[in-house]
Amino acid sequence: MNEATEQLLENLNALATGLFLLTAFGIVAMRQARACLNLFILQSLLLAASAALLGLRYGSGHLYGVALVNLISKPIIVPWLLRKTSPAEIYTRREIDQVLDIPTALLIALALVIGAYFVGVPLADAVGPEFRGPNVPIGIAVLLLGAFTLTVRREALSLLIGLLVMENGAFLTGISIARDLGVLVELAIATDGLVIVFIMGVLVRAVQKQIGTTAVGALSSLKETTAATGTDEAQP
Amino acid sequence: MRERILFNVLQAAVVLIFAPLASGVLSRLKEMVQSKRGPSIFQPYRDLWKLFHKDEFVSEDSSWIFRFTPYVIFVTPIFVALLIPVLTSYPLFFAFMGDMLGGGFVLALGGFFATLAAVDTANPYGPIGASRTRMVGFLAEPVFMIVFFTVSFVAGSTIPYIVQQKWVTPLANFFAPSHVLLVLAFVMLILAEGGRIPVDNPTGHFELAMIDESKSLEYSGRGFALVKWGGQMKFFVLLCIFLNVLLMPWGLASEQTYAAVLLAIPLVLFKILCFLLVLVVIESSLSKLRLFRIAEFLGAAFITSVAAMIAQVFLP
Repeated sequence: MNEATEQLLENLNALATGLFLLTAFGIVAMRQARACLNLFILQSLLLAASAALLGLRYGSGHLYGVALVNLISKPIIVPWLLRKTSPAEIYTRREIDQVLDIPTALLIALALVIGAYFVGVPLADAVGPEFRGPNVPIGIAVLLLGAFTLTVRREALSLLIGLLVMENGAFLTGISIARDLGVLVELAIATDGLVIVFIMGVLVRAVQKQIGTTAVGALSSLKETTAATGTDEAQP
Repeated sequence: MRERILFNVLQAAVVLIFAPLASGVLSRLKEMVQSKRGPSIFQPYRDLWKLFHKDEFVSEDSSWIFRFTPYVIFVTPIFVALLIPVLTSYPLFFAFMGDMLGGGFVLALGGFFATLAAVDTANPYGPIGASRTRMVGFLAEPVFMIVFFTVSFVAGSTIPYIVQQKWVTPLANFFAPSHVLLVLAFVMLILAEGGRIPVDNPTGHFELAMIDESKSLEYSGRGFALVKWGGQMKFFVLLCIFLNVLLMPWGLASEQTYAAVLLAIPLVLFKILCFLLVLVVIESSLSKLRLFRIAEFLGAAFITSVAAMIAQVFLP
């Protein structure tokens, strides 16, 4: 492999991680649950692309396996599971609740990302010069953005997506640091994620059955009337 | 030397002549997407011709600003066209006079005078549109800043002729994340600055919803023709900056011969046509945002441009 091709592959990987970061911002900012889910699917595809490009760059067959596992589990099985388990009402509602307004949330997210870089770059340097690349800082940044999504959202499905975004971020860091982890481990992690999605989906359905809405933010105030207003909100 | 001056004048003439064509093609394409036939692509020329032959009315209560503004709006894009690469990939005679920031300031001058003129008459709709334009403008400003900072940081220069070569030498640079994210952010800026659809509806004729259009409501005759033509040229110049400087310098003339420069005209127009197709897809698939959603749209552009900067700052 000559120098120009290596450069091209590294730039393409950097592009995939850059767009990966952008989708995480999109998930923070989107109002519709369906748009959040679509962005998550796109993000998982970009994760798979990054794994495949790194595999090509370093000639690591294991990373192709990671890409394949990601390609099947997240963009295909996760949305399917969510459609099966969680109530359809989430997808038809146009706007979902958020604690902060969107420009404020985006600015805080931006500060988090810049903070993540000051953590991530020295960390990658400490591990070794060959890990110097966009994957470690961007993975950590997306991890933080997922956690941020968890704190600002009040809607069960977006909370679940925030959790999955955190996992994606950790994965992106992982594929650049541990290039030769066993495929078995990756499979175990992927199955783990699917089980989490399944349990959360069932939980969301149970919540909706009990209080008539999936806007779990309303659960923070313990009043008899909360359930009643919740039912009102559920009406289209 | 004489050739370089001649090419420079030719460059300004291309902007002058083909700007109405670009807007005619755009509106025709949009009509075709909506299954209508639409006006001829030469309709903007006919409109300009008609307006130049009509009487002009100027309110008695307006000041010199109102009379002066059409000329400023008309001249500033031509002036910028002298500075930027429209046809050639080497600097021409007047290019030393300003870099990309200079061009941005000159374009902003036209916008500034348009706002003043809209407030100058007592027309109630003018100030509404002017203040809305300023709102969009000050939200777009930080994005412009970050885009230019990132460009100058990546290329080590704000001179467009150096910047455009940076993206393709080596070719791998074209796929660098900072480049792609910059391009995305700038597309959003073009939509906001050009008054295109997610921000403003250029074909709407409802005064209360207008943003860009209502500033020229008071003009008639020759003044209106100049304002219209100037607006079309500003859009054309923005497209040239985007396609030739930020996206790629392909299709530009690299030799100082008449044949190469003349060949560059159809190639550049072809590039613009390709981008107009993308623009039609964007405009036909989105709807106009509510006024207070514009902050979110431009916030997204800001995030994209900052992500481009971050990707550049922290990459090895």
